[in-house]
Amino acid sequence: MWYLCVFYHRLLDFRKPEFESLAHLFGSFGDKRSSDPQDRVLQWRLPKDHHPDSPFHFVHLPSEEIARNVANRSILVKGIYELWGEGNDYEELEEAVKSYPDERKLPYLGSESTFKITVDSFGKVLSLQEQNERIEGLYYIPFKGRVNLKKPDHKFWLMETDAHETSNGLPPVVQRRIFFGREVGGADRKLMPMYQLKTRNYLGPTSMDAEMAFLMANQAQAAPGKLVYDPFVGTGSILVSAAHFGAITMGADIDIRVVLDGRGPDCNVWSNFKQYGLPMPVGLLRADNNLPPWRPGLKEVFDAIICDPPYGVRAGGRKSGGRKLLKGIIGPYTVPDDKRADHIPSTAAYTLVECVHDLLDLAARMLIMNGRLVFFYPVLREDGSAENHFPEHPCFKLVATSEQMLSSRYSRVLLTMVKTSSYTEELALAARIKHLEFKENHLKWLEDGNLHSSVFNPSDAESGDSKVTRESKPKYRGKYV
Amino acid sequence: MRLLTHNMLSCNIKGVTNGFPLRIEAEKVVEKQLEINHDFLRNIFPKIDWKAFSDASRIMGYHELPEEPPEPSVLESDAEFLGKFHHALLELHLEEGALICPETGRKFPVSKGIPNMLLLEDEV
Repeated sequence: MWYLCVFYHRLLDFRKPEFESLAHLFGSFGDKRSSDPQDRVLQWRLPKDHHPDSPFHFVHLPSEEIARNVANRSILVKGIYELWGEGNDYEELEEAVKSYPDERKLPYLGSESTFKITVDSFGKVLSLQEQNERIEGLYYIPFKGRVNLKKPDHKFWLMETDAHETSNGLPPVVQRRIFFGREVGGADRKLMPMYQLKTRNYLGPTSMDAEMAFLMANQAQAAPGKLVYDPFVGTGSILVSAAHFGAITMGADIDIRVVLDGRGPDCNVWSNFKQYGLPMPVGLLRADNNLPPWRPGLKEVFDAIICDPPYGVRAGGRKSGGRKLLKGIIGPYTVPDDKRADHIPSTAAYTLVECVHDLLDLAARMLIMNGRLVFFYPVLREDGSAENHFPEHPCFKLVATSEQMLSSRYSRVLLTMVKTSSYTEELALAARIKHLEFKENHLKWLEDGNLHSSVFNPSDAESGDSKVTRESKPKYRGKYV
Repeated sequence: MRLLTHNMLSCNIKGVTNGFPLRIEAEKVVEKQLEINHDFLRNIFPKIDWKAFSDASRIMGYHELPEEPPEPSVLESDAEFLGKFHHALLELHLEEGALICPETGRKFPVSKGIPNMLLLEDEV
């Protein structure tokens, strides 16, 4: 059945991927165990004359139960509605609602149930009086039940878009459109104030914003009984969201603070879970993503890997091996026996290319089949055709890319990959060879992959080129839109 | 550190071929209650190296697990076994101690429940 799906006007690139991941999680594609994720694409339709970035979409879902589950779990769906009618003006709407089959309407209009009608508009504000006039205009719908504004059994929505004016900066819709429908479900935005970072005890400079962390957990289809791993756990901000959805979590980090108990006994990764009454991670360890300590033969244990790898803009990655050693400033040495116990090993810079290579190799080995790898990948906006530069791996199929613009210079793109074929000996061997190559050419990689300077250095040609790219971004797009 | 984590870790010092299982040196073992999750136990059971797991549980002071790997069907039929498996895998915590590489004798310290698996410069 077709439903009207209204999104929040936020994080536009993340809306449909989130919806599709959840639809898949809640069984929208049935038991059809097709190995090709391309088969699992929902049918979408836009209202007439609407821009793809409009909040209004039609989506085809197999059942109301799935629609409700998706809406209630999602972060960016304002509501999913069974559409009773739409029109360019109120006369057309009346006709449409009247001709909508009675057997679909009457069960929700009975005298034993309570109801509420909400009037909403996109891109303009309606006064209370205007809202009441519009509700009264619905006299032709035979509501028999009583009104209950606090806890109604059935919620109805009347939604308007304006014509000829640009709404929230979107390209103008030529024709005004009015929708009337019954709410099936809506997002629980209370999660955001509850989990917002400013009230969290233990924070780091790159703790993931709560809304984004939930979106990542949804992309990864975190759910009860699943094991979710974050190899760059930091303060645990991504795992907190996965744990909220019931997943069992595990994290690792190379940073000594993970072992040193954060900022004290009640200000560490554990306390961040305790704060929200969530189950603690099943395991935390200090380990290097470049040399993961998993036992040989261990594979296919994680249901999802979610992370925000250090890409060297706000925080740089580190790997073990010794800073001076890998640069070749000093020769190989042995730590004397009496100093081994308390020795703090020096770490070397970990370039993005190597980091992503290691991440994909780890995920290919440690994810179960159809398991998901969800991570952010930085993209310089000057590059133009960014789509072609995403990392690839023979075990994975890229199913979603969502861009968050961080500045006029660079964006980060949330990549969602599904493991579609198993990890073979050949792949393991190729990864080992690549690993050694990275180690030998440490300096070269260090010079090539420096994102920090591209993002922060003043650009030379401020006039010509950069103007073009800045205009290539629609005016209404920004960090949170 | 729970035995689930222990069962996944090995020593990865350069050149080491038999870094698993790490020997547990227990200084402080604590028990923390956790709600049992059947789906998770069923999923993780086939991934567990049973010998390393049951040996480790004994070092941690728990002697209820069989030495031989049980048949997977036991998970469905024997609720008592499931409870023991759950307890040993997820409720026993090595709070302080060390993990010792069986080949080189290298000690990986475990402090406040977190194993430090980071290698020194000359071990990479």
